Amino acid sequence: MIEPIVKPRRKNPLLRTRLPTSPPRARSRASHGFTRAAAEGRFMLQRCDACGTFCYPARDACPACLSADLVFADAPRRGTLLSETTLHVPADVHFRERAPWRVGLVAMECGPTLVTHLHADCEEGRPVVMSFQLDKSGQAVAFAHPERETPNMADDRQWREMTADPKFRRVLVTNGRSIVGQETVAALRAAGASIVFVGVAEPWKPFRGEDALRALEGVQIVPLDIGDEKSVADLAADIGGKVDILVNTSEHVRAGGLLDRQGTSVVRDEIDQSYLGFVHLAQAFGPAMRMRGSDGVNSAAAWVNILSVYALANWPMFGAYSASQAACLSLSHSLRAELRPGGVKVVNVFTGPLDIEWFQMVPPPKVAPRAVASAIVSALKRGLEDVFVGDVAEDIRQRLAANPKAVERELGA
Amino acid sequence: MDSNGLMQFAGAVASGAVRVVDLTFTLSPEFPVIVLPPEFGQAAPVRIQQISRYDASGPAWYWNNLTFGEHTGTHFDAPIHWFTGKDLPNNSVDTLPVRDMIAPACVIDCSAQAAKDADFLLTIPVVEAWEKSHGRIPERHWVLLRTDWSKKGWRDYANLKDDGAHTPGPDPAVMRWLVEERGVIGFGTETIGTDAGQAGHLDPPYPAHHFLHGRGRYGLQCLCNLDQLPPTGAVIVAAPLKIQNGSGSPLRVLALVPGQG
Repeated sequence: MIEPIVKPRRKNPLLRTRLPTSPPRARSRASHGFTRAAAEGRFMLQRCDACGTFCYPARDACPACLSADLVFADAPRRGTLLSETTLHVPADVHFRERAPWRVGLVAMECGPTLVTHLHADCEEGRPVVMSFQLDKSGQAVAFAHPERETPNMADDRQWREMTADPKFRRVLVTNGRSIVGQETVAALRAAGASIVFVGVAEPWKPFRGEDALRALEGVQIVPLDIGDEKSVADLAADIGGKVDILVNTSEHVRAGGLLDRQGTSVVRDEIDQSYLGFVHLAQAFGPAMRMRGSDGVNSAAAWVNILSVYALANWPMFGAYSASQAACLSLSHSLRAELRPGGVKVVNVFTGPLDIEWFQMVPPPKVAPRAVASAIVSALKRGLEDVFVGDVAEDIRQRLAANPKAVERELGA
Repeated sequence: MDSNGLMQFAGAVASGAVRVVDLTFTLSPEFPVIVLPPEFGQAAPVRIQQISRYDASGPAWYWNNLTFGEHTGTHFDAPIHWFTGKDLPNNSVDTLPVRDMIAPACVIDCSAQAAKDADFLLTIPVVEAWEKSHGRIPERHWVLLRTDWSKKGWRDYANLKDDGAHTPGPDPAVMRWLVEERGVIGFGTETIGTDAGQAGHLDPPYPAHHFLHGRGRYGLQCLCNLDQLPPTGAVIVAAPLKIQNGSGSPLRVLALVPGQG
């Protein structure tokens, strides 16, 4: 039975903050098939193309027929917990701090046996559902849940280490002027965030949804112009130590590529708002978040970017926008590596065209702002790293996996 | 004037016999700027990017890189800024005569009217009534419209509603008249823009820009402290940056007025 998490008390300012430690980080190249699966929330195992055997852990030859044709494929998640062990005094520093820690052996219905971390409600001999999760070192580990839902399931201590659940965490949503930003604020509050700070630039300019935003409980509007380094630094000076999750909802969408635009004033805005804004936020908020990755129930846990799926493949109708998003995508990978020592996840939520005025001329399907907000909360609760929202994003993802050159030509048609 | 007169003037400034009033807002990212429809090119927001501050990036010095549009904060409009002035000679900030950068000003107080009506328009009768008390506006003088708008909080200062900005300014007739009948050197306001917030709906649209720049005259906006100036007798120093082919620039606008000393 899981005891529900209690809202943490105010931090004792006289005590040293526990610094983040990492679980073992080393992985083989082959095993990064699990990293990719965990990042997207998929359950994949190597399966032999010659004889069909599923195997685990990752290897270079099939244990049944020695074929080298091992391919990662989606696999059934069901298994049975064979045995479990509780570690009371692990040697590893990271787990020592988190003892007692439960691990077990699970026999998968599809064949292999996995060593796995266990949800507290898993019982020996009973069915479990498996997932791969990115742990605090950013590497994939197996995790078992009981097959049937149990009370306060999400509050499991070991599960919370694998995820960035907004419950009882304090969140900064960087831009409340956009509908996506406003929906994100509402969704995070509904998911149990203790407070949501929401940034608004140029407060002298009114915006749609302002009255409703100001009226929300547990939501604090803060001045934040992410293009202005001082504005970002000043906000971090005030609340930098209290941001457990940062969601960058900055939004600057304009149509146009290279030759159908004159001059660079729009490009300058794209770079200023998207790229430089990212840099300012990272420099101001990143170090404190990285340091607070192990700081209790409301530790710093995640940085969320909303990126256009066209960051992965340029769409010339929005060519300049695609390029600025691609630049931000690359920055996000750098940030991911730089925040990893703190155990803070960088989550990229890729979306196709949004259902907002700047994509007015684009035919459906388009993504509703509320869908983006839901995807963000879901990604945080499941500990995902790469999320694709809506039909267009998923379609581009699949087509890129099949043949990137075809995608380039088709988007440029 | 001989050099003794100039030295007397310098001494008067130093002693306070001539008081220097700063009519300029501080240039910062927070100050409201003109908002154009999103389809148009937007002025760059003010960006102050620190290069170093007595640190590893520069141990003994502090300095910044700046980004701003020519028409940001307290700023000067040159004739080349508007299509009506585009073909005039010496119409950009780097070519206009420097002697025009020092000129006397007439200050017309419409703060009472502006307090009642955000869309107050300056008209010929209002100026003629002012002239009854203070004399005819001389040629090559600035006309500054005092509305005390600069004292507002910035939300009310920009006063953006769902049909655009609502701020005071001149009507078309008074602008044509000031330029043609009074030969003013320029027109200055406390608001964002020499024209009223709703001036896009006047005929011609944006009459201050239209008539001033069409005849090679200048604009000043986002001025403050106009309430410290006498109706006549202040001398304005307004020297825009010498930007190559520039249409305007943020600048320091100073008013010299009789002081205590």
